[in-house]
Amino acid sequence: MIQTTLDIATIRKDFPILARKVNGHPLVYLDNAATSQTPKAVIDTIVDYYSRYNSNIHRGVHALSQEATDAYEQARAKLQLHFNVAKIHEIIFTSGTTHSINLVANGFASILEEGDEILVSAMEHHSNIVPWQMLSEKTGAVLRVIPMDESGDLLMDKYEQLLNERTKLVFCNHVSNALGTINPIEEIIAKAHAVGAAVLIDGAQAAAHLVADLQALDVDFYTASAHKMCGPTGVGILYGKESWLKQLPPYQGGGEMIAEVTFEKTTYADLPHKFEAGTPNICGGIAFGAALDYLQSIGFEAIAQYEDELLNYATEQLLKIEGLKIYGTARHKTSVISFNVGNLHPYDIGTILDKLGIAVRTGHHCAQPIMDFYQIPGTIRASFSFYNTREEVDILVEGIKKAVAMLS
Amino acid sequence: MKIQEIQEEIVDEFAMFDDWMQRYEYMIELGKSLPLIDEQYKTEDNIIKGCQSKVWVHAELEGDKLGFTADSDAIITKGIIAILIRAFSGQKPQDIIDADTGFIDEIGLKEHLSPTRANGLVSMIKQLKLYAVAYQTQLN
Repeated sequence: MIQTTLDIATIRKDFPILARKVNGHPLVYLDNAATSQTPKAVIDTIVDYYSRYNSNIHRGVHALSQEATDAYEQARAKLQLHFNVAKIHEIIFTSGTTHSINLVANGFASILEEGDEILVSAMEHHSNIVPWQMLSEKTGAVLRVIPMDESGDLLMDKYEQLLNERTKLVFCNHVSNALGTINPIEEIIAKAHAVGAAVLIDGAQAAAHLVADLQALDVDFYTASAHKMCGPTGVGILYGKESWLKQLPPYQGGGEMIAEVTFEKTTYADLPHKFEAGTPNICGGIAFGAALDYLQSIGFEAIAQYEDELLNYATEQLLKIEGLKIYGTARHKTSVISFNVGNLHPYDIGTILDKLGIAVRTGHHCAQPIMDFYQIPGTIRASFSFYNTREEVDILVEGIKKAVAMLS
Repeated sequence: MKIQEIQEEIVDEFAMFDDWMQRYEYMIELGKSLPLIDEQYKTEDNIIKGCQSKVWVHAELEGDKLGFTADSDAIITKGIIAILIRAFSGQKPQDIIDADTGFIDEIGLKEHLSPTRANGLVSMIKQLKLYAVAYQTQLN
């Protein structure tokens, strides 16, 4: 039974896109793990920015620049509060999680030495594998993988065995994009710290569903992307402990990140500007703040509870389909279901579902190592958000049955 | 039959159906009659790039005409390559190079296929024509 106190019908009206039709059918949007939809409050913020105070920040003497700067810094303050970050300059605006991770990886190139070890989990997104491979090639540090079991849980005893005094960095997602597993990051962080290793947690998939208290976690770095939190694409954050951010060299050179420039020498600006070269995505940052306001107005706890109910209902209904196999059955997971039906190619089913107005993701979800682990070419992934309904789950189930009938 | 005539024949067949489901079902049906590629040619080199599913194509010269065999791990993709091969197989390389592929639009395939798959379709046509160019050079 759905127990939620949320008024989903009213919430759906906040999202103009949910009213549209696709291929003649009402849109059933189940690709939220890739990009969440945008509520009117956020769209209005974007329109308001460009209609009223579009200008460059931090350097103008004029009113518009001041208003834009205030709004942008207010958004940073909202994010600081939300993630319970000690100092506001520990929040760096980036273009998204991939940028955030690359910034840290690039910084560690000057810290790591040959023979040092980097640990990454087996369920990482490519954006959390490739930068470390590049870092490993650059520095001679060794990349090691924390394995997972069939259900998609990390093997924590193996993780402990991998940790040693040479381990300098540990990277893990808070929630797996392909499987939905919520990883035990408290334990991962504490154990890494015990051997003196720093930890970066990729929060891209988690941030729309869970509230991470970064001080309580004592994490060294944490990342999030606005477009998975009802915000716009192209903006995200990197949280870094002040001590680390001071130690890491700047990632890109340009305007805003300098204190003084002569042709002989440049001194870098203080945090966070040291890592925010050039004109940032000002509107995106402000809209990210508006998205956070919106999610908080719904309530993260209520969101998590309802999404959990949807996940359970969808899991139950999907498993009634003959031959359907779910990949990722971890003890703790978010509302993401990766599956295949019999030997049918995920792409075939995804194509038919699209014809029925149902948006799912098919393929390897930028996590090829996971697909190799299960020895499959890919999966169909349905990912649910708080604006999805039980009826939409039913439409998905019917759609899959139709696809299977056509393809068999 | 000339390529043009085969294409018209395919367009006529698809015109019998009035909704996408029937067209897809027919396409899936056509996939079952695809001349299958010999296992030895199912190599990485013969995979067409740009498709989310795997498509292998092999071409062989039979006299002065080109014969195609193919396979795919996805059923709909198999239907698409089957349609293309039906139009091109047993034709002279130069005729394949010169062939217009507007019939894809006419059978409502392009507009009904997802963007990435449509790209796959474009890649498939390109690959078949590349084979024709290669064998035409050999014939010359």
